[in-house]
Amino acid sequence: MRADATQTAPPSGRLQPGPRPAMRLGERVRAATGHHLRVYRRTWRGSVISRFLSPLFFLAAMGLGLGALVDAGSGGVGQQSYLQFVVPGIVAYQAALLGFGDATYPVLGYIKWNRMYAATLATPLGVTDILLGHLSVLAANLAVATAIFVGVSALFGAFASWWVLLAVPVGLLTGLAFAVPTFAISATIETDNVFGILYRFVLTPVLLFSGTFFPLEQLPGWLRPMAWLTPLGHGVVLTRDAALGRWPGPVALVHLLVIVVVIAVGWVLAHRQLTRRLLS
Amino acid sequence: MTDEVLLEARGLTKSFGEFVAVDGIDVLVRRGEAFGFLGPNGAGKSSTMRMVGCVSPVTGGRLRILGLDPAVDGAAIRARLGVCPQQDMLDEDLSVEENLWVYGRFFGLSRREVRARTDELLEFAQLTDRRHDRVEPLSGGMKRRLTIARALVNNPEVLLLDEPTTGLDPQARHVLWDRLYRLKREGVTLIITTHYMDEAEQLCDRLVVMDHGRIVAEGSPRELIEAYSTREVVELRFEDEQQERHLGSVEALAERVEALPDRLLVYTADGDDTLAALHGRGVRPLSALVRRSTLEDVFLHLTGRSLVD
Repeated sequence: MRADATQTAPPSGRLQPGPRPAMRLGERVRAATGHHLRVYRRTWRGSVISRFLSPLFFLAAMGLGLGALVDAGSGGVGQQSYLQFVVPGIVAYQAALLGFGDATYPVLGYIKWNRMYAATLATPLGVTDILLGHLSVLAANLAVATAIFVGVSALFGAFASWWVLLAVPVGLLTGLAFAVPTFAISATIETDNVFGILYRFVLTPVLLFSGTFFPLEQLPGWLRPMAWLTPLGHGVVLTRDAALGRWPGPVALVHLLVIVVVIAVGWVLAHRQLTRRLLS
Repeated sequence: MTDEVLLEARGLTKSFGEFVAVDGIDVLVRRGEAFGFLGPNGAGKSSTMRMVGCVSPVTGGRLRILGLDPAVDGAAIRARLGVCPQQDMLDEDLSVEENLWVYGRFFGLSRREVRARTDELLEFAQLTDRRHDRVEPLSGGMKRRLTIARALVNNPEVLLLDEPTTGLDPQARHVLWDRLYRLKREGVTLIITTHYMDEAEQLCDRLVVMDHGRIVAEGSPRELIEAYSTREVVELRFEDEQQERHLGSVEALAERVEALPDRLLVYTADGDDTLAALHGRGVRPLSALVRRSTLEDVFLHLTGRSLVD
């Protein structure tokens, strides 16, 4: 084979009259991902700066401010300094918040405002391809954001163990457990007012009562189950154990399972709502 | 034009719950034709187009596009269609060329093919000098041309155009029509919906008139005018209250008269003769205009209503 022949990709055969070669799943998802990467290329600089700044703000406020108070008053939480207690929780918290945010306005925009998803469905791509394409870019964004948060916090001694690296996949999954169901909601609603309501009345209590900022034991017994109703409580526990390098036993698998089930149910709902909305 | 049937619909029906949007229509479109669906808003044109575009399941009847069943081979059909929807549906945060690039990849074109197609289509849409600009600030006409260019990225055999010039100014419409003629000459089959009779007359070899989800007439624009209207029309406007008083005398001299709130439409073979005869009978309108019959008159006759309300 000649060298130049190997460098030139063969024609796709998809510009010819008559039947055209079908696209494989991988090709379709890459094409859908390509769209989101194009959009991301215009905005990534701003978001990367905020990814580095946000852990710094939290470390300053929680570690130096609140942490000094807690450590002076009660000698930390359990055996740990407050900084080491709280930062793993915040890692999971910011992943949840980012997952929620990325599945609100951007998704509603493609469905309702610029209607690119309707335009996408006029091509060989389907609802599954749209979901996989969008969510894989969203997931990459979550993984990068969580890795930066963990990396910056590590420089300030926020973690006791190298096992904290596991916080990156846990953060990714926690973020998806918020993003995928939110995608289903965005595929259902007509106006963006709903996002404000969700943030105030669902996200905020979830974030406050998931054991992020204080141990659950501080809460009265009847309030504690709140933490286990949402994926964040499970993500916080897993991240905290990882940061300590502690294997909590098989219960870790239960936490993981809850998160995965929420993602799976969200997927089914998102697929159904997007189909109803755009292919009716 | 060949005899190959690209679109075949028999008793095609679309309902949304109780509401029947498309009520059992029969349509045949052959390769190379420019075929139109003419009708007012809500006639069922867009619902028909969405079924043909394989993004809306058929409720009843038979539909074949390129010989394939959309319920089974939707993706294979869409790979060979171009769709220019009523709204532009562009990603306005991306540049002109990025919109084409992204869409070409949706059809599985190689990077090299997309680059080549992008250059050709920017030329075709007269957007070459705007290729690096973001879409959002472009004019309505430019966005429309970009939407059509994007619909052509996969070199489609059939181009579906849903209300292609709605909302454009007259100059932008003519630029767009010129581009569509070019496609037609190149052998692309065009399927167009419109509620503008001039657009249907300009672009369509053959069309169906739709009303309330049904087809009420079918033929070439000329055939429809011959069958459902007269050669000429006299439009008479009267002072307040005078129109009703003269209606009787006008009706006596014409084949048919349509009384609109603000004017009478008098259908006749020769407008000037009729006008002279009316003067002879002492009918003195404020203004009188003799014109050729259009598809608007056909629609008015068939449905008793105007296309654009």
